[in-house]
Amino acid sequence: MNDLTAGSMLYLDGVSVSFDGFKALNNLSLTVAPGEMRAIIGPNGAGKTTMMDVVTGKTRPDDGEVYFNGTQDLTALDETQIAELGIGRKFQKPTVFEMHTVEDNILLALKSNRRPRATLFWRPNGEDDRRIDGILQIVRLAPLRERIAGSLSHGQKQWLEIGMLLAQEPKLLLVDEPVAGMTDAETRQTAELLREINRDRTVIVVEHDMTFVRDLGVKVTCLHEGTVIAEGTIDQVSANQRVIEVYLGR
Amino acid sequence: MLEVKTIDLHYGAAQALRSVSLAAEPGKVTCVLGRNGVGKTSLLRALVGQHPVSRGSITFDGRDITALKPSERARRGIAYVPQGREIFPLLTVEENLKTGFAPLKREDRSIPDDVFALFPVLNSMLGRRGGDLSGGQQQQLAIGRALVMRPRALLLDEPTEGIQPSIIKDIGRAIAYLRNLGQIATVLVEQYLDFALELGDHFAVMDRGAIVYSCARDTIDEAALKRAMAI
Repeated sequence: MNDLTAGSMLYLDGVSVSFDGFKALNNLSLTVAPGEMRAIIGPNGAGKTTMMDVVTGKTRPDDGEVYFNGTQDLTALDETQIAELGIGRKFQKPTVFEMHTVEDNILLALKSNRRPRATLFWRPNGEDDRRIDGILQIVRLAPLRERIAGSLSHGQKQWLEIGMLLAQEPKLLLVDEPVAGMTDAETRQTAELLREINRDRTVIVVEHDMTFVRDLGVKVTCLHEGTVIAEGTIDQVSANQRVIEVYLGR
Repeated sequence: MLEVKTIDLHYGAAQALRSVSLAAEPGKVTCVLGRNGVGKTSLLRALVGQHPVSRGSITFDGRDITALKPSERARRGIAYVPQGREIFPLLTVEENLKTGFAPLKREDRSIPDDVFALFPVLNSMLGRRGGDLSGGQQQQLAIGRALVMRPRALLLDEPTEGIQPSIIKDIGRAIAYLRNLGQIATVLVEQYLDFALELGDHFAVMDRGAIVYSCARDTIDEAALKRAMAI
């Protein structure tokens, strides 16, 4: 930890990861401020997923510093410890409990004492109910509370999973390609929903859908070959000559 | 002629293709361009039958093949060079090529001379295991394997991805040679624009599962095409 990490929610400096000689991350440096929402874009193999793997402890970097909330050295922690610190990750494919109701999915995800005794003697209570209400409002599923999750549309499943993530009360949310496969209307609503979530939490979104990234209206970081090649507003990034070249495969 | 008309494709509830139409003619290269995640590979999967379409039709030489199994489409002459090549790492180069015999009649089961004329390196490595080849050599092997089945439609998914420049040139020459034979309808999926521009007769750019820009070689508006591909 040093002065540079202070005041950041996520701080990566000089992070490198190689697999069999292939540099998935190459001296990657990135800082996300508390309360910020950041969009990460980049062509195939840019290192977006590896970056998330490093932050969540799935992959250990060969080199570099990774700090959370200014003080926590993430490279020294395992996946569970990192999750408990308050970093939540939404993978691309929806993974909800299809046979359970919307409400039960959220209930299962609520942050609470999960030790055997507490779990065994758990009873439904008003407080849990209110938390579920709040979350379902945010993810636009309040009217569908009793529905079986398997019967939801693709977009609604993605929202439900984002709701399950919120139930864990994370400080930082990592969201991987949330709108892939969504209808236009769902895509627009997802941008809205993430902006609402961003009022209370720091969010990092990886996306290919540029209409959606535009809708988010936040700072954009473009990765290529494991390093940052441009950062700024979507208009600045899309006008960047290097970014254009990379997207044209040059 | 390979033709798709207004196809939709879903993975579970997620929609990957939205009313896509495209035609590929013999002796022509039809390029499908676009960023990652816009539906290019899904389109090829629909064409070869690896994933069912939820709407629309696919015809090949005037016959509806929408409901046919991949093996039956291969028998009719549709060959696929998938992204990531998918060669058999433990089979030799020769054995890999011979897997292309599957849809052929017994009397046709030989490796055409063209394969070695286009990719001499395969001839010199016939006994090597596929997995021991470099990425570029594997790509040549995957194209060679597709040619073994005497295709009348050849679908290539990002054949230049991760390949060194000298081999990209060889692959470009091979595609041009096959086009000039005049018998094969080629669909080339690419993100490497300059490579596609050299070879393409028709261009289609995809975004969010739909075709957002298309043109023929002689009416191309390169600026519009680049705009559709960039962000």
